[in-house]
Amino acid sequence: MNTQRITRWAFALAVGTALGSLAAGPAAAQAPLKVGFVYVSPIGDAGWTFQHDQGRKEMEKALAGKVETKYVENVPEGPDAERVIREFAANGYKLVFTTSFGYMNPTIKVAQQFPNTVFLHATGYKTAKNVGIYNARFYEGRYLCGVMAGKMTKSNVAGYVAAFPIPEVLQGINAFTLGMRSVNPKAEVRVIWTNSWYDPGREREAANTLISQGADVLTHHTDSTAVVQAAEEKGKYAFGYHSDMSKYGPKAELSATTHQWGAFYTKVTQEVLAGTWKGTNVWGGIKDGMIKLAPINAAVPKDVVELVASKEKDIGAGKLHPFTGPLKDNAGKERLAAGQTMGDDKLAVMDFYVEGVQGTLPKQ
Amino acid sequence: MIDTLVPIFAATIAAGTPLVFAALGELVTEKAGVLNLGVEGMMLIGAIAGFATAVTTGNLWLGTVAGMAAGAAMSAIFAVLTLNLMANQVASGLALTLFGLGLSAFVGKPFEGVSLLREGAPSLPLLGDLPVLGPILFRQHYLVYVSWAVFAAVSWFLFRSRAGLVLRSVGESPDSAHAIGYPVIRIRWLATLFGGALAGVGGAFLAVFYAPMWVEGMVAGRGWIALALVVFATWRPARVMVGAYLFGGVTIAQFFAQGGGIAIPAPFLSALPYLATIIVLVVISRNVATIRLNSPVSLGRSYRPD
Repeated sequence: MNTQRITRWAFALAVGTALGSLAAGPAAAQAPLKVGFVYVSPIGDAGWTFQHDQGRKEMEKALAGKVETKYVENVPEGPDAERVIREFAANGYKLVFTTSFGYMNPTIKVAQQFPNTVFLHATGYKTAKNVGIYNARFYEGRYLCGVMAGKMTKSNVAGYVAAFPIPEVLQGINAFTLGMRSVNPKAEVRVIWTNSWYDPGREREAANTLISQGADVLTHHTDSTAVVQAAEEKGKYAFGYHSDMSKYGPKAELSATTHQWGAFYTKVTQEVLAGTWKGTNVWGGIKDGMIKLAPINAAVPKDVVELVASKEKDIGAGKLHPFTGPLKDNAGKERLAAGQTMGDDKLAVMDFYVEGVQGTLPKQ
Repeated sequence: MIDTLVPIFAATIAAGTPLVFAALGELVTEKAGVLNLGVEGMMLIGAIAGFATAVTTGNLWLGTVAGMAAGAAMSAIFAVLTLNLMANQVASGLALTLFGLGLSAFVGKPFEGVSLLREGAPSLPLLGDLPVLGPILFRQHYLVYVSWAVFAAVSWFLFRSRAGLVLRSVGESPDSAHAIGYPVIRIRWLATLFGGALAGVGGAFLAVFYAPMWVEGMVAGRGWIALALVVFATWRPARVMVGAYLFGGVTIAQFFAQGGGIAIPAPFLSALPYLATIIVLVVISRNVATIRLNSPVSLGRSYRPD
């Protein structure tokens, strides 16, 4: 059995080497780099994990033959995560992407035990010699959706279904509100927290509630498509998040803030393949192609589409920052003086609602 | 004021409907003297069977029927164990719940993250246009009307029909029923199947019409609430309805409170429906005599016809 396997391996190696040297010289002859992905939710057909998996597929296609990828989906953020990450490292995976905030400590812990494996952790803040971090400026897309919302709303009320009051979610709510009020100063945003990243039943109830409280434009920071579906049923507008969700709301979805990880995954993997990886700390946005708007619905008038396009260009060029002073929170306190833009350090710890968001922030 | 309350009441009815189905089913089962604690598990199996069927066939009604059949099949396992093999009902019911949790998660894997496309709830002609009552009562999913029909049928059957009297006598004193010549085991079998089928429909309503999506463990304790409802409602269908809609109402009210800008810690709001339902039902049923009067005497006891 063993000898048989070894012979087979030797044969495969020999053929591989021969083919490799024929095709691209000795570099391609090395065994493919094994790359592991840890996902927090099922891949499904839309959402946070779906986008990461799209990125994985793009990377695999771009580096065909040089990489071999594997993923584990629906891994809870806890002891299970550490086990899954360690298994990847122990099985010779030299690059592991851990794609949820709660994987931060397990990633760091496993990384200490496998110094020759590179780990990339999404949305966290702890780094190490072999641990890089990456995240996207989701709020840039949110701002643009807010501009559209401000132009399209008739009731001047937008509804926002959100999971947990953490900085990343607050950036989205605030950027959306600022975008909306930049074109419609009368606009207000109402927020309902579901206390769960993925609970379609609650998300739908929250959406229906917001609609009956006067919201005619909805968006969400949760993982399912329930909010877009609820808007479609009730004849309201919605903005998708993570993925283009127009399939679930062909009339309702005006656009969506989508995450694009493919190019980034390809770049990092190439660096690791070439042995030039020196650490990653990326917070990319529209400029880097990590955030894109989904195709805009035909219901949006042409002048609004053009306005959004020019703002998108300005954000990409660094001429427009969604968080620019003067900026007041919804209790009237000044958070940013006129002309200033909010630094990344302040963004990362955001803990307030801007003017225009209704209600008070629940204490964590 | 009316404008705010109408959508709250309308959403309350939808949110309470899975409980109405499951609790009415369990009520009939218990009235026949069988205590099936597997409601949560049967609802989960009904939910995934209904959702999977609806997604594959594109037919929501077929999904509902599949949910019903799956719930009944689960209760058949329970019936074989407890009615034919005389296993302990409490232990078997708990096992059924655990089995349902695991099996539904396993079978449901490929359906996670899949969305079901469906139309919104239809408005009934004429009735749907009534002021206030129209939007509350007559713009619901058809299954909601079915649940009202089931309520009427169960109330009539149990307390106005001869067959219902026989069923209750089996729950009170299986020995006497058997002595008169009624087939105790068969009646208990049917009552158990009925309870399972309704629990399955409740689960299917949740996954196919209410969410409409499948998430592992999505029944989220509603099966246990249904069980509690039956006891605290002192085995009376009308009180079961009150309890179910109360639970739905508090579930919905917390969203309206949040959207209205009232700051209450969210975890407390999430716990509120369970808390409120239990408290109110305990207050209603604080009279021990009514519980004793209405509770089937042989509830949970195995019966072996000699």
